[in-house]
Amino acid sequence: MPRNDNKRFVERDRNWHPPAYAPGYKTTVARSPNQAYVSMQAPSVSELGGPDFSRLRMGPHDNDLLLNYREDPARTGQAGLPIGERIIMFGRVVDQFGKPVPNTLVEMWQANAGGRYRHKKDGYLAPLDPNFGGVGRCLSDDEGWYRFRTVKPGPYPWPNNINSWRPAHIHVSVMGPSISTRLITQMYFEGDPLIPLCPIVDTLRDPEAVETMTGRLDMARSRSMDCLAYRFDLVVRGELQTYFENQG
Amino acid sequence: MQQPNSQPCAETMLRETASQTAGPYVHIGLALDIAGLPPREEEIWNRLASPEADGEAIELVGRVIDGNGDLVRDALLEAWQADAHGDYQCEFDLRAPFNSFGRTATTAENDGEWCFHTVKPGQATRRDGRLMAPHVTLAVFARGINIQLHTRLYFEDEAEANAACPVLNAVESPTRRQTLIATREEGEGKPRYRFDIRLQGEGETVFFDF
Repeated sequence: MPRNDNKRFVERDRNWHPPAYAPGYKTTVARSPNQAYVSMQAPSVSELGGPDFSRLRMGPHDNDLLLNYREDPARTGQAGLPIGERIIMFGRVVDQFGKPVPNTLVEMWQANAGGRYRHKKDGYLAPLDPNFGGVGRCLSDDEGWYRFRTVKPGPYPWPNNINSWRPAHIHVSVMGPSISTRLITQMYFEGDPLIPLCPIVDTLRDPEAVETMTGRLDMARSRSMDCLAYRFDLVVRGELQTYFENQG
Repeated sequence: MQQPNSQPCAETMLRETASQTAGPYVHIGLALDIAGLPPREEEIWNRLASPEADGEAIELVGRVIDGNGDLVRDALLEAWQADAHGDYQCEFDLRAPFNSFGRTATTAENDGEWCFHTVKPGQATRRDGRLMAPHVTLAVFARGINIQLHTRLYFEDEAEANAACPVLNAVESPTRRQTLIATREEGEGKPRYRFDIRLQGEGETVFFDF
């Protein structure tokens, strides 16, 4: 059993990530701590380790949202496909030093092409798509690459300002080598005019941080007469080499 | 004058992908059953220990409460804990009797309570050799939480170990330390520990940065 406690991660820059209290995104107002976080000066196995999901059994279409949720063909007489722009979403999981992160769990969820989520609580006017669930997962490969096939989600309105709209986005969750690297983010689509209008995007103070969440059209990876491709690399905290023991 | 290359070379290091809220529909992606989606072959959920696992079977329950005192009914929690011997089982395998990692959620149902079925963790050792009191690391994700909040659940019936725990003692305020201690109740056939997470205001839970 590796002890996991002889490693260190690059400190998370709390000014780069959105602050807990970001009043433009109204729900943060009552859900943000007032007190300062307690810094762990000596992270232990409890912080430096994390789960390895290499043995998690997955279905053959867990990363293919075009196929992993279909209306019962026995009822409709045909196996349908979801409506919307077919896309490949792919990228590489690397750490801050550019080192690939292999075999790590990447999970994603999204609205359908009309901007409607398949969730009990979502009552938006846009209809559910009988052939679209909106959830995917995969492990990154030996070189850190991950890949999903899906449809481009639609933008949708939400109650924040009187007329707030979320840009098209896919929620992305990555574990990385440790619970210290655990990250949930959202991928936006390059060129979407709703990005600069979104109160949730606006929780970030640095425009460069927004760029780290923007998937980019990659024509080379798109497939003619089939689907476009968007590349979205995920960068997790870098693992530092500890060459020297502390004294004492 | 300073040597020009004495500054940390920020440009040689990539910036971490920025965090965004997990949003109101986090359950679609990470808690399918809660969202009303059919299960896949294997799901990561709230049973960390099977009856065959070593140690004392326990339940962890609690609520997440916002700054107005209202229940947060759309949170996702992740647990990370040592087994009964104080060792982390990093290889996640649903066929193993114990896994160190699990997930749970709060919803409109069940009085907004989350729950883990697990065993009481043993004492894990820090690199400096000091023992930490038994604890479970919890991460809270939800709509309105821009980056997950990390806390630790300790056990009220471990008073001696708690008093000596270097991490618990790193919380300066003894009053605030109490927010990390779960209270023991008699559950159904096994002890139940209750741990409410208060995001803001009176009795605000201690959150850690690591």
